[in-house]
Amino acid sequence: MNTLGGLLLRREAGIFVMIVLFCLAVGLYKPQFLSLNSLRIILLLTPLIMIGAMGQMFVLVARHVDLSIGSMLGLSAMLTGMMFKFAPDIWWPLGFILAIGTGILLGLFNGFLVVFFRLPAIIVTLGTLNLYRGLTYIVSDAKQIDRQFVPSALKGMSNTSPIFGIPWIIFMSLGIALLAYVFARHTTVGRQIFALGSNPVAAPLRGINVTQVTLLVFALSGALAGLAGIMYASRWGFVNPSNTGAGFEFQVIAAVVIGGVSINGGSGSVLGVVLGVLLLGCVSAALPLLGIPGTSQNAIYGAVILLALLIDRTVRQQGLKQLTARAAA
Amino acid sequence: MTVLLTREAAPARPRWQALVLRPETMTLILLVAALFGASALSPFFADVGYILDSFTLSAEFAMVALVLTMVIIAGEIDLSPASNMALSACLFAYAQEAGVPMPVAILIGLGSGILMGALNGFMVIALQLPSIIVTIGTLILYRGVAQVIAGDKSIRVPEWFIGINKVLLFGIPSTVVMFLLLSVALGLVLGITVYGRQIYLIGTNEIAAQHAGIRTKRIKMSLFLAMGLASSIAGLLTASRLGSVRYDLGLGGELQMILMAMLGGTYIFGGRGTILGTFLAAWLLVVVATGMTVANLLPAVQLTVLGVLLIFSIIATNAIYSRTQR
Repeated sequence: MNTLGGLLLRREAGIFVMIVLFCLAVGLYKPQFLSLNSLRIILLLTPLIMIGAMGQMFVLVARHVDLSIGSMLGLSAMLTGMMFKFAPDIWWPLGFILAIGTGILLGLFNGFLVVFFRLPAIIVTLGTLNLYRGLTYIVSDAKQIDRQFVPSALKGMSNTSPIFGIPWIIFMSLGIALLAYVFARHTTVGRQIFALGSNPVAAPLRGINVTQVTLLVFALSGALAGLAGIMYASRWGFVNPSNTGAGFEFQVIAAVVIGGVSINGGSGSVLGVVLGVLLLGCVSAALPLLGIPGTSQNAIYGAVILLALLIDRTVRQQGLKQLTARAAA
Repeated sequence: MTVLLTREAAPARPRWQALVLRPETMTLILLVAALFGASALSPFFADVGYILDSFTLSAEFAMVALVLTMVIIAGEIDLSPASNMALSACLFAYAQEAGVPMPVAILIGLGSGILMGALNGFMVIALQLPSIIVTIGTLILYRGVAQVIAGDKSIRVPEWFIGINKVLLFGIPSTVVMFLLLSVALGLVLGITVYGRQIYLIGTNEIAAQHAGIRTKRIKMSLFLAMGLASSIAGLLTASRLGSVRYDLGLGGELQMILMAMLGGTYIFGGRGTILGTFLAAWLLVVVATGMTVANLLPAVQLTVLGVLLIFSIIATNAIYSRTQR
């Protein structure tokens, strides 16, 4: 148990060191990077990815993957935006209920297909990625929800602050991360997700309801994608049927795997994912300063994912070595 | 003392039933139904020329889907071919624009495709990483690099290189002829060669295959290399059809390719599937897509239909295979 804890600690310390080294390296070249202002930019880049990453983390821990989160984000944001457009007088926090509710339904549909038809999540969510995106076009008639329809109170969450000039949505995303931490570490269901992921054969024998747990992780992923959807409307002030959420899944998967969540299921930590999100945020904020065009962002995400896979493999092999060394001793 | 328990083998399924229960039969029935449905929608569909012409729009994806079928049968998956198409086409176009002689530029395009396949294969086979996540990573990476190279502009290709899909061989568009030839060739490789049968065994039970002395790593690597080569050829053919190259060439093509394999009854968990199935499914998809365009459905609605089709095809295939499982 001790070595396992040490391993995880090392893992997160490693990501932290990477963040520090990266920031120092960029800071040496462009000193203005090490300023409060760029910290603000970095923090503002992260809330949506942070929220999506918490959902994706549980999905990956349970040995599945959810490619449809970008489209779930888009569809929930679109439905919420349309509610604001056609019922402008409505009490605006209802938007949260609609967005999260939509996300839960969409996520449950993914989970339903995965559980009851025993289909691989990757193919199911590749299908629903396109299905939900198509539905977004259909419900919106391919029209954008413009700025004037998004309630100013909602937009205010991104540019007003309770304290230190840090906007509300950053506190919200940190709150979600805290909830995810408590859920992952201190609830029965949370532990069951990890147990299911580390040994899917043994899990039902230990009395874990695989159907329920699997449905739950997909519903959770959907709910958080929905929440990210309404926060997109808050952050950017508009909802577009083709842009909103497109490619979101790649950023999120990159953040989660760089955060040390094992692609083989069963292991991962909220702290690691938070650090992974921050690292991605630092990279995205540094690009324009370094004069690297925004078009290279996707290449970097792809490279980051592959790099994280290699690190994951090395760490896993070291863990195995330690185990065999202990068994031999 | 041991008691030998003998059990009668279950009676063999009648031949007609075994035939009807094959997923390819379902694909064929769907194809015929789609053809009837589409010709009721529009008289164009009675015209073979029109269908062949429509097929040139998907012929490149269909060729890659044939190789992808073999990869899936071997128990792996590759989500990166459409990005591979974009990057190899971009490298080719960039090279020829920079003044590299045309044959060398083509070799650069094809070589880069093989290299990309080799990178996938290396990570999956040598490093033992799951192909699902690896190829999601390279899906983003390859198109990302293409975006770095081409930026937001489109690169022209020389006049004589444009329009290979308009060249007719025996009255059939040349890319369709290539697809037909590739189908026959790969169908034979998969169906009657030792190599082909070994691919099925690897997908059914990789450990058993290793114990049977099959070089599973070498065969899987060859499949990823073939995937890379096929993708880059498809990329160049698409460049020739479109007349210019942008980083978003073939965007979202992985959905269509996987859809063709799944509709053709390839088993997602490996070990089952045929080239014939994917061949029929490619035509089915073209008829459906063209039918939707003729019926004036918005591209977004078509996207929805493709997504639903993917889910249904995989449910149906799984159901058929679980019925025929011994």
